[in-house]
Amino acid sequence: MTKSGKPKSTTAMTESITGKDSPEAKAFQKKIDADITIEPKDWMPEAYRHTLIRQMSQHAHSEIVGMLPEGNWIGRAPSLRRKMILLAKVQDEAGHGLYLYSATETLGISRDQMIEQLHSGSAKYSSIFNYPTLTWADMGAIGWLVDGAAIMNQVPLCRTSFGPYARAMVRICKEESFHQRQGYEIMIAMAHGSPAQKVMAQSAIDRWWWPSLMMFGPPDADSPHSAQSLKWKIKRTSNDTLRQKFIDVTVPQAEFLGLEVPDPDLKWNKKRDHYDFGEIDWDEFYQVISGNGPCNKERLDARIKAWEDGKWVRDAALAYEQKKQAAAA
Amino acid sequence: MTSKERQMKGKKGQITGKEWPLYEVFIRSKNGLAHKHVGSVHATDSTTALEAARDVYTRRQEGISLWVVPSREITASDPEDEGMLFEPAKDKIYRHPTFYKIPKDVEYM
Repeated sequence: MTKSGKPKSTTAMTESITGKDSPEAKAFQKKIDADITIEPKDWMPEAYRHTLIRQMSQHAHSEIVGMLPEGNWIGRAPSLRRKMILLAKVQDEAGHGLYLYSATETLGISRDQMIEQLHSGSAKYSSIFNYPTLTWADMGAIGWLVDGAAIMNQVPLCRTSFGPYARAMVRICKEESFHQRQGYEIMIAMAHGSPAQKVMAQSAIDRWWWPSLMMFGPPDADSPHSAQSLKWKIKRTSNDTLRQKFIDVTVPQAEFLGLEVPDPDLKWNKKRDHYDFGEIDWDEFYQVISGNGPCNKERLDARIKAWEDGKWVRDAALAYEQKKQAAAA
Repeated sequence: MTSKERQMKGKKGQITGKEWPLYEVFIRSKNGLAHKHVGSVHATDSTTALEAARDVYTRRQEGISLWVVPSREITASDPEDEGMLFEPAKDKIYRHPTFYKIPKDVEYM
């Protein structure tokens, strides 16, 4: 870390790789192995810092961009009750983004830098938010499947090795449970509603099932950062393990709704005590991640527009403060 | 000048009169937990405030990390505003998971 607290770039990465056996690095790994949480002022390898900045800012961006597909339906919610709930949920996503940005700032990157990285495309966000929300049933499917998958991912992160991240995740997980339940409640209403509503509910699971499975990331064998992240306990459980767990708990929930999971190969495997499932279209995943999903451009354009349209407010607030200070001096 | 404005005024470590400025003390009891407010100390600057906080509040290994913050740098909400600030959250019971009825047969939710 430089004196100003700013992370160094590639040179520092190389240093930390060659310095793997330095006394600091050894002591650091020992702390991790003993489940001692790392706090912002503690020594850490530059690569650990970089990995966290990448993962945490990506997580924050996902919460912020994640407001867009659902925001799309606030004005068209079918009742005042549903509208209040959806509004509260989208508010929560904004809050979660802010918890995570502030936790990431403890690593020496500024808020503006992170936002710049999102807008320039150098930082990613969860590929799931690049899919469109076509009907009200999608609000149900997102809450149930997308938030369900997010919870599955996030619960182990409450024990991640970096203190500010772990504490942010504890808050987030506590708040997230309502998101999934309100989604499932919508699914119950639609699946048990009119034939037309049931068709909508089925179409929603058809479109959201596979992208939800992709939320856990590439298979362990193809996940470039997984092994090191597990060693550093940034990650606590592997992608494939979490994906399997999600499928195992979610399939019975779909059965309860009387809806079909769109996977002809899905079958309970008694021997494994898990569901077997069909092959995931990873080509689609990489296409969407690299900018070719159905809504990538729309999502980024919306974020950039919001940022640019808000510029006069940020400038005015600063100018007002400067004026007050000048008057006081 | 209102009491709020008085609090906001003055620079960090600025000494007014003969009394040393007040610093609020926060302790992290162990890695993984957030710093928690424990009390305050008087000191002429942040370095001596840290030393005083260490002597006053950590004689029995209460923590492994200390923060001191000039008390005048803290802007606190007015107790009179409590209702205005916090009551609106009271009737938003739909922000809690228990608001939603999920049938008993549905597990893991």
